Amino acid sequence: MTLGAGYHVNSNAPHEAYLIPLKLSWTAAPLDVAAVTYPKPTDETYPFSPDQPLSVYTGNFDIATKFKVPADATGGLMVLDGKLRYQACNNTMCFPPNTVEIKLPVEVR
Amino acid sequence: MYVARMSIAVAAILLVSAGCSSSPRTVRAASLRPAKERKKAPDFELKDANGQTVHLSDYRGKVVLLDFWATWCGPCKVEIPWFEEFERQNKDKGFAVIGVAMDDDGWDAVKPFAKERGINYRLVLGNDQVADLYGGLDALPTTLLIDRGGNIAAVHIGLSGKSEFEDGIQELLNAPSGISVPAVLVRAE
Repeated sequence: MTLGAGYHVNSNAPHEAYLIPLKLSWTAAPLDVAAVTYPKPTDETYPFSPDQPLSVYTGNFDIATKFKVPADATGGLMVLDGKLRYQACNNTMCFPPNTVEIKLPVEVR
Repeated sequence: MYVARMSIAVAAILLVSAGCSSSPRTVRAASLRPAKERKKAPDFELKDANGQTVHLSDYRGKVVLLDFWATWCGPCKVEIPWFEEFERQNKDKGFAVIGVAMDDDGWDAVKPFAKERGINYRLVLGNDQVADLYGGLDALPTTLLIDRGGNIAAVHIGLSGKSEFEDGIQELLNAPSGISVPAVLVRAE
């Protein structure tokens, strides 16, 4: 993911319950999702939250997904469907939560 | 059986899809529009925390601060104490704050938040329709000052300064109402 300068998204584990976390989910059949690994977030202080640092991602970062192939899976080309939900802000305003659809082509051998 | 490790890199889509430019947007703190240039604030019908129906037109004759916000919006929450103060100081002068919460989780998110903060002004739950009426609401907070005639006098997008709201509210409260009253003819006896 690449965020423009001045923007941040909440991490996958924000410090406060009312914040919308970053979340990557998959409909991966016939594969299984073994793990979704988020990068380590940073705690940042913003003018609108001077006393409470926010757990955020900024700049460039990757989210890694480990898929598992069941023993009885059929090989070949397939497309896995994913959804990435995020909510971004800058120093003075926030943008509505958004969900991006992901199409990941894979080949099972 | 083998395990495939896939990395995902989604380049520069988030902010494009969120309608953001590559550099931070600056707050547009608008001074009051001249009365002749003000457009009518779209009327809406929304529910408040008690389930009562609220129309913007119910507030005709009052100066209204209409605030679109959400519990997940940090900059929005900076302004809430200001709006509480404005409500306290000016409610007897024909002023009202209406907070339109744009939380997808609805009252489940908003009611506990409002109770915790002790918000003293009316809250209603927004929806896509009201967002469309007000231009799509690309960012929160979006706060409007509406004159007694129901016209949009100012729009603030993003976190603004408290004095910008204060000055605008006082100017609108002090302005002539602009509401025409039919002339009454009295026959002299």
